[in-house]
Amino acid sequence: MAELRQTPLYERHVAMGGRMVPFAGYALPVQYPTGPLAEHHAVRQAAGLFDIDHMGQFRIVGRDAGVFLQYVQPRDIEAMEVWEAEYSFFCYADGTFVDDIFLYRLPDAWFVVVNAANREKDLFWLDTLAVGFDCDIVDVSDPTCMFALQGPKAQAILQKLTDVDLSQVKFHTAAQGLVAGIETLIGATGYTGEYGYELFFPAEHAVAMWESLLEAGRDEGLLACGLAARDSLRFEACLPLYGHEISAEVEPVGARLAWVCDWDKGPWVGREAVLRTKLEGPKQVLVGLEMVDRGVPREHYPVAAEGRIIGHVTTGMKSPTLDRFLAMAYVPPAYSAIGTEVEVIIRDQPKKARVVPRPFYKPAYRQG
Amino acid sequence: MAFKYDSNARYAKTHEWARIEGDLVVVGISDYAQDALSDVVFVELPAVGSTVSAGTAVAVVESVKAAEDVYSPVSGEVVAVNEKLADKPELVNADPYGEAWFFKVRPSNLSELDGLMDAAAYEAFLASQEH
Repeated sequence: MAELRQTPLYERHVAMGGRMVPFAGYALPVQYPTGPLAEHHAVRQAAGLFDIDHMGQFRIVGRDAGVFLQYVQPRDIEAMEVWEAEYSFFCYADGTFVDDIFLYRLPDAWFVVVNAANREKDLFWLDTLAVGFDCDIVDVSDPTCMFALQGPKAQAILQKLTDVDLSQVKFHTAAQGLVAGIETLIGATGYTGEYGYELFFPAEHAVAMWESLLEAGRDEGLLACGLAARDSLRFEACLPLYGHEISAEVEPVGARLAWVCDWDKGPWVGREAVLRTKLEGPKQVLVGLEMVDRGVPREHYPVAAEGRIIGHVTTGMKSPTLDRFLAMAYVPPAYSAIGTEVEVIIRDQPKKARVVPRPFYKPAYRQG
Repeated sequence: MAFKYDSNARYAKTHEWARIEGDLVVVGISDYAQDALSDVVFVELPAVGSTVSAGTAVAVVESVKAAEDVYSPVSGEVVAVNEKLADKPELVNADPYGEAWFFKVRPSNLSELDGLMDAAAYEAFLASQEH
Protein backbone atom coordinates (compact mmCIF):
# COMPACT_ATOMS: atom_id res chain seq x y z
CA MET A 1 0.00 0.00 0.00
CA ALA A 2 3.06 2.25 -0.19
CA GLU A 3 1.63 4.28 -3.04
CA LEU A 4 -1.62 4.98 -1.17
CA ARG A 5 -2.19 8.23 0.63
CA GLN A 6 -2.63 8.05 4.38
CA THR A 7 -4.87 10.15 6.55
CA PRO A 8 -3.36 11.59 9.77
CA LEU A 9 -5.17 8.76 11.59
CA TYR A 10 -3.39 5.96 9.72
CA GLU A 11 -1.22 4.84 12.63
CA ARG A 12 -4.20 5.01 15.00
CA HIS A 13 -6.31 2.87 12.67
CA VAL A 14 -3.59 0.24 12.50
CA ALA A 15 -3.11 0.35 16.28
CA MET A 16 -6.87 -0.12 16.74
CA GLY A 17 -6.78 -3.22 14.54
CA GLY A 18 -8.36 -1.50 11.56
CA ARG A 19 -8.23 -3.61 8.42
CA MET A 20 -6.70 -1.18 5.94
CA VAL A 21 -7.84 -1.30 2.32
CA PRO A 22 -7.33 0.96 -0.68
CA PHE A 23 -10.22 3.37 -1.26
CA ALA A 24 -10.11 6.36 -3.61
CA GLY A 25 -6.33 6.37 -3.44
CA TYR A 26 -6.19 6.25 0.36
CA ALA A 27 -5.47 3.48 2.83
CA LEU A 28 -8.57 3.43 5.02
CA PRO A 29 -10.05 0.97 7.53
CA VAL A 30 -12.81 -1.16 6.01
CA GLN A 31 -13.60 -2.35 9.53
CA TYR A 32 -12.19 -2.61 13.03
CA PRO A 33 -12.09 -5.86 15.05
CA THR A 34 -15.66 -5.12 16.18
CA GLY A 35 -16.78 -6.03 12.65
CA PRO A 36 -18.97 -4.26 10.09
CA LEU A 37 -22.29 -5.49 11.49
CA ALA A 38 -21.56 -4.32 15.05
CA GLU A 39 -20.33 -1.00 13.67
CA HIS A 40 -23.48 -0.62 11.57
CA HIS A 41 -25.78 -1.37 14.49
CA ALA A 42 -23.84 1.01 16.75
CA VAL A 43 -24.68 3.90 14.41
CA ARG A 44 -28.37 2.98 14.26
CA GLN A 45 -28.63 2.49 18.04
CA ALA A 46 -25.95 4.72 19.59
CA ALA A 47 -23.18 6.37 17.58
CA GLY A 48 -20.29 5.77 15.24
CA LEU A 49 -17.13 7.74 14.44
CA PHE A 50 -15.73 7.73 10.90
CA ASP A 51 -12.41 9.03 9.58
CA ILE A 52 -13.50 10.49 6.26
CA ASP A 53 -10.49 12.70 5.75
CA HIS A 54 -10.16 11.34 2.22
CA MET A 55 -13.10 13.59 1.26
CA GLY A 56 -12.10 16.78 -0.52
CA GLN A 57 -13.01 20.35 0.45
CA PHE A 58 -12.93 23.53 -1.60
CA ARG A 59 -13.45 27.09 -0.43
CA ILE A 60 -14.92 29.34 -3.08
CA VAL A 61 -14.26 32.99 -2.39
CA GLY A 62 -14.36 36.31 -4.22
CA ARG A 63 -16.91 38.80 -5.44
CA ASP A 64 -18.51 36.37 -7.91
CA ALA A 65 -18.34 33.25 -5.72
CA GLY A 66 -22.11 33.04 -5.30
CA VAL A 67 -22.86 33.82 -8.94
CA PHE A 68 -20.34 31.19 -9.97
CA LEU A 69 -21.85 28.51 -7.72
CA GLN A 70 -25.30 29.39 -8.98
CA TYR A 71 -23.99 28.60 -12.45
CA VAL A 72 -22.13 25.34 -11.77
CA GLN A 73 -24.71 23.41 -9.74
CA PRO A 74 -28.53 23.09 -9.85
CA ARG A 75 -29.62 24.32 -6.44
CA ASP A 76 -30.78 27.92 -5.95
CA ILE A 77 -28.14 29.04 -3.49
CA GLU A 78 -29.68 32.49 -3.13
CA ALA A 79 -32.34 30.69 -1.12
CA MET A 80 -29.68 29.39 1.29
CA GLU A 81 -29.11 31.24 4.56
CA VAL A 82 -25.65 31.79 5.99
CA TRP A 83 -24.76 28.58 7.96
CA GLU A 84 -27.13 26.50 5.83
CA ALA A 85 -25.81 23.28 4.27
CA GLU A 86 -27.38 21.39 1.36
CA TYR A 87 -26.81 18.43 -0.92
CA SER A 88 -26.20 19.14 -4.61
CA PHE A 89 -24.11 18.00 -7.58
CA PHE A 90 -22.15 19.17 -10.60
CA CYS A 91 -23.37 18.14 -14.06
CA TYR A 92 -21.69 18.16 -17.42
CA ALA A 93 -23.49 20.03 -20.20
CA ASP A 94 -25.07 16.72 -21.32
CA GLY A 95 -26.64 16.37 -17.87
CA THR A 96 -24.50 13.50 -16.62
CA PHE A 97 -22.79 13.73 -13.25
CA VAL A 98 -19.38 15.22 -12.60
CA ASP A 99 -19.77 14.58 -8.85
CA ASP A 100 -22.21 14.98 -6.01
CA ILE A 101 -21.36 17.50 -3.31
CA PHE A 102 -22.32 19.05 -0.02
CA LEU A 103 -22.50 22.81 -0.05
CA TYR A 104 -22.11 25.06 3.01
CA ARG A 105 -22.85 28.77 3.01
CA LEU A 106 -20.34 30.25 5.46
CA PRO A 107 -20.12 33.95 6.39
CA ASP A 108 -16.91 34.46 4.42
CA ALA A 109 -16.96 31.71 1.77
CA TRP A 110 -18.83 28.90 0.11
CA PHE A 111 -17.52 25.56 1.32
CA VAL A 112 -17.90 22.54 -0.94
CA VAL A 113 -17.32 18.92 0.09
CA VAL A 114 -16.50 16.60 -2.81
CA ASN A 115 -15.75 12.92 -3.24
CA ALA A 116 -12.12 11.92 -2.71
CA ALA A 117 -11.82 10.17 -6.06
CA ASN A 118 -13.11 13.27 -7.88
CA ARG A 119 -11.09 15.97 -6.16
CA GLU A 120 -8.66 16.71 -9.00
CA LYS A 121 -11.34 16.22 -11.65
CA ASP A 122 -13.76 18.58 -9.88
CA LEU A 123 -11.10 21.22 -9.38
CA PHE A 124 -10.18 21.11 -13.06
CA TRP A 125 -13.87 21.22 -14.04
CA LEU A 126 -14.58 24.23 -11.82
CA ASP A 127 -11.44 26.03 -12.96
CA THR A 128 -12.53 25.48 -16.56
CA LEU A 129 -15.92 27.04 -15.85
CA ALA A 130 -14.56 29.88 -13.72
CA VAL A 131 -13.14 31.85 -16.63
CA GLY A 132 -14.60 35.34 -16.47
CA PHE A 133 -15.81 35.02 -12.87
CA ASP A 134 -14.10 37.03 -10.15
CA CYS A 135 -13.64 34.13 -7.75
CA ASP A 136 -11.04 31.68 -6.48
CA ILE A 137 -11.53 27.98 -5.94
CA VAL A 138 -9.15 26.98 -3.18
CA ASP A 139 -8.53 23.30 -2.53
CA VAL A 140 -8.24 23.09 1.26
CA SER A 141 -8.48 19.28 1.42
CA ASP A 142 -4.96 18.70 2.73
CA PRO A 143 -4.95 21.16 5.65
CA THR A 144 -8.54 20.23 6.54
CA CYS A 145 -9.38 17.02 8.39
CA MET A 146 -12.90 15.60 8.23
CA PHE A 147 -14.64 13.16 10.58
CA ALA A 148 -18.27 12.06 10.76
CA LEU A 149 -19.97 11.43 14.10
CA GLN A 150 -23.31 9.77 13.40
CA GLY A 151 -26.18 8.25 15.33
CA PRO A 152 -28.83 9.01 17.96
CA LYS A 153 -26.13 9.64 20.62
CA ALA A 154 -24.01 11.88 18.39
CA GLN A 155 -25.38 15.12 19.83
CA ALA A 156 -24.92 14.05 23.45
CA ILE A 157 -21.35 12.94 22.75
CA LEU A 158 -20.32 16.05 20.85
CA GLN A 159 -21.99 18.33 23.40
CA LYS A 160 -19.54 17.07 26.04
CA LEU A 161 -16.70 18.61 24.02
CA THR A 162 -18.11 21.96 22.94
CA ASP A 163 -19.78 25.10 24.24
CA VAL A 164 -21.69 25.46 20.99
CA ASP A 165 -25.34 24.78 21.84
CA LEU A 166 -25.91 21.84 19.52
CA SER A 167 -29.67 21.87 20.10
CA GLN A 168 -29.61 25.08 18.07
CA VAL A 169 -27.61 23.54 15.22
CA LYS A 170 -30.53 22.16 13.22
CA PHE A 171 -30.30 19.46 10.56
CA HIS A 172 -28.57 20.83 7.44
CA THR A 173 -27.10 23.84 9.20
CA ALA A 174 -23.62 24.45 10.53
CA ALA A 175 -21.79 26.28 13.32
CA GLN A 176 -18.21 27.26 14.06
CA GLY A 177 -16.69 26.75 17.48
CA LEU A 178 -14.26 24.88 19.68
CA VAL A 179 -14.56 21.09 19.91
CA ALA A 180 -12.12 19.60 22.41
CA GLY A 181 -10.33 22.95 22.22
CA ILE A 182 -9.92 22.68 18.45
CA GLU A 183 -11.44 25.27 16.11
CA THR A 184 -14.05 23.27 14.18
CA LEU A 185 -16.74 23.69 11.57
CA ILE A 186 -19.66 21.57 12.76
CA GLY A 187 -22.06 20.55 10.02
CA ALA A 188 -25.29 18.85 11.10
CA THR A 189 -25.30 16.44 8.18
CA GLY A 190 -24.23 12.93 7.41
CA TYR A 191 -24.32 9.92 5.18
CA THR A 192 -25.91 7.24 7.33
CA GLY A 193 -29.61 8.04 7.59
CA GLU A 194 -29.10 9.11 11.22
CA TYR A 195 -28.75 12.50 12.83
CA GLY A 196 -25.17 13.46 13.33
CA TYR A 197 -22.32 15.75 12.43
CA GLU A 198 -19.55 16.18 9.94
CA LEU A 199 -16.58 17.92 11.55
CA PHE A 200 -13.92 19.97 9.76
CA PHE A 201 -10.80 21.11 11.59
CA PRO A 202 -7.05 21.61 11.06
CA ALA A 203 -5.43 18.32 10.09
CA GLU A 204 -2.65 18.64 12.70
CA HIS A 205 -5.27 18.05 15.41
CA ALA A 206 -6.65 14.86 13.86
CA VAL A 207 -5.35 12.41 16.48
CA ALA A 208 -6.36 14.66 19.41
CA MET A 209 -9.87 15.07 17.98
CA TRP A 210 -10.21 11.33 17.36
CA GLU A 211 -9.13 10.43 20.89
CA SER A 212 -11.36 13.11 22.45
CA LEU A 213 -14.43 11.92 20.56
CA LEU A 214 -13.82 8.24 21.35
CA GLU A 215 -13.32 9.12 25.03
CA ALA A 216 -16.49 11.26 25.10
CA GLY A 217 -18.45 8.40 23.57
CA ARG A 218 -17.01 5.63 25.68
CA ASP A 219 -20.09 5.32 27.89
CA GLU A 220 -22.55 6.05 25.07
CA GLY A 221 -21.84 2.99 22.93
CA LEU A 222 -19.75 4.88 20.38
CA LEU A 223 -17.74 2.68 18.01
CA ALA A 224 -15.10 3.63 15.48
CA CYS A 225 -16.54 2.56 12.13
CA GLY A 226 -14.96 1.56 8.85
CA LEU A 227 -15.89 1.86 5.21
CA ALA A 228 -18.05 -1.28 5.22
CA ALA A 229 -20.43 0.17 7.80
CA ARG A 230 -20.39 3.53 6.03
CA ASP A 231 -21.51 1.76 2.86
CA SER A 232 -24.21 -0.40 4.45
CA LEU A 233 -25.62 2.58 6.37
CA ARG A 234 -25.83 4.87 3.38
CA PHE A 235 -27.22 1.98 1.30
CA GLU A 236 -30.16 1.37 3.64
CA ALA A 237 -31.01 5.06 3.49
CA CYS A 238 -30.61 4.91 -0.34
CA LEU A 239 -28.07 7.72 -0.34
CA PRO A 240 -26.20 7.58 -3.65
CA LEU A 241 -22.48 6.84 -3.90
CA TYR A 242 -20.45 8.26 -6.75
CA GLY A 243 -19.18 5.47 -9.01
CA HIS A 244 -22.20 3.33 -8.15
CA GLU A 245 -25.57 5.09 -8.29
CA ILE A 246 -24.17 8.21 -9.94
CA SER A 247 -21.45 8.64 -12.54
CA ALA A 248 -20.75 10.27 -15.89
CA GLU A 249 -22.95 7.50 -17.39
CA VAL A 250 -26.18 8.60 -15.68
CA GLU A 251 -28.10 11.80 -14.99
CA PRO A 252 -30.18 13.22 -12.14
CA VAL A 253 -33.66 12.28 -13.35
CA GLY A 254 -32.84 8.59 -13.65
CA ALA A 255 -30.90 8.77 -10.38
CA ARG A 256 -34.05 10.16 -8.68
CA LEU A 257 -32.20 13.34 -7.76
CA ALA A 258 -34.11 15.85 -9.89
CA TRP A 259 -35.62 17.20 -6.64
CA VAL A 260 -32.32 19.00 -6.07
CA CYS A 261 -32.78 21.10 -9.23
CA ASP A 262 -34.27 24.57 -9.02
CA TRP A 263 -35.69 25.10 -12.49
CA ASP A 264 -36.57 28.77 -12.05
CA LYS A 265 -33.27 30.17 -10.81
CA GLY A 266 -31.71 30.79 -14.21
CA PRO A 267 -29.15 28.88 -16.24
CA TRP A 268 -26.78 26.30 -14.78
CA VAL A 269 -24.48 23.85 -16.48
CA GLY A 270 -26.51 20.80 -17.50
CA ARG A 271 -29.93 22.42 -17.06
CA GLU A 272 -31.08 22.01 -20.65
CA ALA A 273 -30.16 18.33 -20.83
CA VAL A 274 -31.59 17.46 -17.41
CA LEU A 275 -34.81 19.36 -18.15
CA ARG A 276 -35.19 17.53 -21.44
CA THR A 277 -34.76 14.20 -19.67
CA LYS A 278 -37.30 15.29 -17.07
CA LEU A 279 -39.82 16.06 -19.81
CA GLU A 280 -39.08 13.09 -22.07
CA GLY A 281 -38.32 10.57 -19.34
CA PRO A 282 -35.01 8.83 -18.58
CA LYS A 283 -33.94 5.61 -20.28
CA GLN A 284 -33.03 4.01 -16.96
CA VAL A 285 -34.22 4.78 -13.45
CA LEU A 286 -32.86 3.80 -10.08
CA VAL A 287 -35.13 1.41 -8.18
CA GLY A 288 -35.02 -0.56 -4.97
CA LEU A 289 -35.12 -4.34 -5.31
CA GLU A 290 -35.78 -7.02 -2.74
CA MET A 291 -34.80 -10.61 -3.42
CA VAL A 292 -37.70 -13.06 -3.48
CA ASP A 293 -35.42 -16.06 -4.10
CA ARG A 294 -32.44 -16.52 -1.81
CA GLY A 295 -29.23 -14.79 -2.82
CA VAL A 296 -27.12 -11.69 -2.29
CA PRO A 297 -27.43 -9.15 -5.10
CA ARG A 298 -24.09 -7.42 -5.74
CA GLU A 299 -22.86 -4.49 -7.77
CA HIS A 300 -22.74 -5.15 -11.55
CA TYR A 301 -25.03 -8.20 -11.39
CA PRO A 302 -27.42 -8.08 -14.38
CA VAL A 303 -31.13 -7.48 -13.88
CA ALA A 304 -33.38 -9.39 -16.28
CA ALA A 305 -37.05 -9.56 -17.19
CA GLU A 306 -38.90 -11.52 -19.84
CA GLY A 307 -35.75 -13.38 -20.77
CA ARG A 308 -33.48 -10.43 -21.46
CA ILE A 309 -31.08 -8.22 -19.56
CA ILE A 310 -32.75 -4.90 -18.73
CA GLY A 311 -30.35 -3.32 -16.26
CA HIS A 312 -27.82 -3.84 -13.50
CA VAL A 313 -27.36 -3.66 -9.76
CA THR A 314 -25.44 -0.62 -8.47
CA THR A 315 -25.21 -1.66 -4.81
CA GLY A 316 -26.65 -4.69 -3.06
CA MET A 317 -26.26 -6.55 0.19
CA LYS A 318 -28.06 -8.10 3.09
CA SER A 319 -29.41 -5.09 4.97
CA PRO A 320 -28.07 -5.34 8.52
CA THR A 321 -30.91 -3.29 10.03
CA LEU A 322 -33.78 -4.81 8.05
CA ASP A 323 -32.38 -8.34 7.64
CA ARG A 324 -33.51 -8.41 3.99
CA PHE A 325 -31.56 -8.97 0.77
CA LEU A 326 -31.82 -5.63 -1.02
CA ALA A 327 -30.34 -3.81 -3.97
CA MET A 328 -30.40 -0.57 -5.85
CA ALA A 329 -30.51 -1.10 -9.60
CA TYR A 330 -31.00 0.76 -12.85
CA VAL A 331 -33.89 -0.55 -14.96
CA PRO A 332 -36.05 0.94 -17.74
CA PRO A 333 -39.00 2.99 -16.41
CA ALA A 334 -41.42 0.32 -17.66
CA TYR A 335 -40.04 -1.99 -14.95
CA SER A 336 -39.84 0.57 -12.16
CA ALA A 337 -43.32 0.34 -10.60
CA ILE A 338 -43.43 -0.97 -7.02
CA GLY A 339 -44.17 -4.69 -7.10
CA THR A 340 -42.78 -5.31 -10.58
CA GLU A 341 -41.16 -8.75 -10.77
CA VAL A 342 -37.67 -8.96 -12.24
CA GLU A 343 -34.72 -11.30 -11.88
CA VAL A 344 -31.22 -10.65 -10.62
CA ILE A 345 -28.65 -12.90 -12.31
CA ILE A 346 -26.51 -14.25 -9.48
CA ARG A 347 -23.61 -16.42 -10.69
CA ASP A 348 -25.46 -17.20 -13.96
CA GLN A 349 -28.64 -18.17 -12.10
CA PRO A 350 -31.74 -15.95 -12.47
CA LYS A 351 -33.13 -15.25 -9.00
CA LYS A 352 -36.53 -13.64 -8.50
CA ALA A 353 -36.69 -10.13 -7.10
CA ARG A 354 -39.30 -7.40 -6.98
CA VAL A 355 -39.29 -3.63 -7.00
CA VAL A 356 -39.80 -2.17 -3.51
CA PRO A 357 -40.05 1.40 -2.20
CA ARG A 358 -36.93 3.46 -1.49
CA PRO A 359 -35.45 4.30 0.90
CA PHE A 360 -35.25 0.89 2.56
CA TYR A 361 -34.57 2.56 5.89
CA LYS A 362 -36.36 5.81 6.54
CA PRO A 363 -33.75 8.28 7.79
CA ALA A 364 -34.17 9.49 11.37
CA TYR A 365 -34.55 13.05 10.13
CA ARG A 366 -37.51 12.03 7.96
CA GLN A 367 -39.32 10.11 10.69
CA GLY A 368 -42.07 11.40 12.98
CA MET B 1 -3.21 -12.82 15.05
CA ALA B 2 -3.54 -16.35 16.30
CA PHE B 3 -6.05 -18.49 14.47
CA LYS B 4 -7.65 -21.72 15.60
CA TYR B 5 -6.94 -25.01 13.88
CA ASP B 6 -8.58 -28.41 14.03
CA SER B 7 -5.74 -30.90 14.33
CA ASN B 8 -7.98 -33.66 12.93
CA ALA B 9 -8.58 -31.76 9.69
CA ARG B 10 -6.53 -31.23 6.56
CA TYR B 11 -6.42 -27.90 4.80
CA ALA B 12 -6.46 -26.56 1.25
CA LYS B 13 -4.54 -23.46 0.12
CA THR B 14 -7.96 -21.99 -0.64
CA HIS B 15 -8.74 -22.22 3.12
CA GLU B 16 -11.20 -25.10 3.21
CA TRP B 17 -10.75 -27.88 5.77
CA ALA B 18 -11.61 -31.56 5.23
CA ARG B 19 -12.07 -34.07 8.03
CA ILE B 20 -12.74 -37.79 7.80
CA GLU B 21 -15.80 -38.90 9.75
CA GLY B 22 -16.58 -42.58 9.23
CA ASP B 23 -16.65 -43.15 5.50
CA LEU B 24 -17.46 -39.51 4.73
CA VAL B 25 -15.39 -36.35 4.41
CA VAL B 26 -16.79 -33.25 6.12
CA VAL B 27 -15.87 -29.88 4.60
CA GLY B 28 -15.89 -26.34 5.97
CA ILE B 29 -13.82 -23.16 5.89
CA SER B 30 -10.96 -22.34 8.24
CA ASP B 31 -10.87 -19.92 11.13
CA TYR B 32 -8.53 -17.76 9.06
CA ALA B 33 -11.06 -17.72 6.21
CA GLN B 34 -13.99 -16.68 8.39
CA ASP B 35 -11.88 -13.96 9.99
CA ALA B 36 -10.75 -12.65 6.60
CA LEU B 37 -14.36 -12.57 5.41
CA SER B 38 -15.61 -11.01 8.66
CA ASP B 39 -19.37 -11.11 9.26
CA VAL B 40 -20.84 -13.90 7.12
CA VAL B 41 -24.37 -13.14 5.92
CA PHE B 42 -25.10 -15.87 3.37
CA VAL B 43 -23.99 -19.37 2.44
CA GLU B 44 -24.94 -21.15 -0.78
CA LEU B 45 -24.41 -24.92 -0.65
CA PRO B 46 -24.25 -27.63 -3.32
CA ALA B 47 -27.26 -29.85 -3.98
CA VAL B 48 -27.39 -33.11 -2.07
CA GLY B 49 -26.71 -35.89 -4.55
CA SER B 50 -24.52 -33.74 -6.78
CA THR B 51 -21.09 -34.91 -7.80
CA VAL B 52 -18.17 -32.63 -6.99
CA SER B 53 -14.55 -32.64 -8.15
CA ALA B 54 -11.60 -31.69 -6.01
CA GLY B 55 -10.52 -28.09 -6.59
CA THR B 56 -13.77 -26.89 -8.15
CA ALA B 57 -16.05 -24.18 -6.73
CA VAL B 58 -19.12 -25.87 -5.27
CA ALA B 59 -20.36 -23.41 -2.62
CA VAL B 60 -20.31 -19.69 -1.95
CA VAL B 61 -19.85 -17.83 1.32
CA GLU B 62 -20.77 -14.16 1.41
CA SER B 63 -19.80 -11.54 3.93
CA VAL B 64 -21.11 -8.01 4.28
CA LYS B 65 -18.74 -6.88 1.55
CA ALA B 66 -17.88 -9.82 -0.69
CA ALA B 67 -18.79 -13.21 -2.16
CA GLU B 68 -16.12 -15.92 -2.08
CA ASP B 69 -16.13 -19.33 -3.72
CA VAL B 70 -15.68 -22.45 -1.62
CA TYR B 71 -13.77 -25.24 -3.38
CA SER B 72 -14.32 -28.88 -2.61
CA PRO B 73 -11.07 -30.37 -1.32
CA VAL B 74 -12.17 -33.86 -2.41
CA SER B 75 -14.07 -35.52 -5.24
CA GLY B 76 -17.21 -37.52 -4.66
CA GLU B 77 -20.93 -37.30 -4.05
CA VAL B 78 -22.45 -34.70 -1.75
CA VAL B 79 -24.53 -36.68 0.74
CA ALA B 80 -25.47 -33.93 3.19
CA VAL B 81 -25.37 -30.14 3.50
CA ASN B 82 -25.62 -28.04 6.65
CA GLU B 83 -29.14 -26.62 6.43
CA LYS B 84 -28.55 -24.60 9.61
CA LEU B 85 -26.31 -22.20 7.70
CA ALA B 86 -29.29 -20.95 5.69
CA ASP B 87 -30.82 -19.29 8.74
CA LYS B 88 -27.67 -18.87 10.81
CA PRO B 89 -24.79 -17.97 8.50
CA GLU B 90 -23.13 -16.26 11.48
CA LEU B 91 -22.26 -19.76 12.75
CA VAL B 92 -19.43 -19.65 10.19
CA ASN B 93 -17.83 -16.89 12.25
CA ALA B 94 -18.65 -18.44 15.61
CA ASP B 95 -17.70 -22.10 15.10
CA PRO B 96 -15.97 -22.71 11.77
CA TYR B 97 -14.74 -26.25 12.62
CA GLY B 98 -17.86 -27.40 14.44
CA GLU B 99 -21.44 -26.26 13.93
CA ALA B 100 -20.58 -24.46 10.69
CA TRP B 101 -19.52 -27.44 8.58
CA PHE B 102 -20.65 -26.84 4.97
CA PHE B 103 -21.21 -30.24 3.35
CA LYS B 104 -20.34 -33.96 3.56
CA VAL B 105 -18.90 -35.89 0.65
CA ARG B 106 -18.75 -39.63 0.02
CA PRO B 107 -15.22 -39.55 -1.39
CA SER B 108 -14.34 -41.33 -4.61
CA ASN B 109 -10.60 -41.00 -4.06
CA LEU B 110 -9.49 -40.59 -0.47
CA SER B 111 -5.86 -40.19 -1.51
CA GLU B 112 -6.78 -36.63 -2.57
CA LEU B 113 -6.53 -35.78 1.12
CA ASP B 114 -2.80 -36.50 0.92
CA GLY B 115 -2.43 -33.41 -1.25
CA LEU B 116 -3.79 -31.21 1.54
CA MET B 117 -1.88 -29.70 4.46
CA ASP B 118 -2.09 -30.78 8.05
CA ALA B 119 -2.78 -28.10 10.68
CA ALA B 120 0.91 -27.32 11.28
CA ALA B 121 1.65 -27.01 7.57
CA TYR B 122 -1.43 -24.83 7.05
CA GLU B 123 -0.39 -22.56 9.91
CA ALA B 124 3.07 -22.24 8.32
CA PHE B 125 1.41 -21.59 4.96
CA LEU B 126 -0.65 -18.73 6.45
CA ALA B 127 2.48 -17.27 8.05
CA SER B 128 4.21 -17.34 4.67
CA GLN B 129 1.28 -15.49 3.10
CA GLU B 130 1.53 -12.54 5.50
CA HIS B 131 2.87 -9.38 4.00
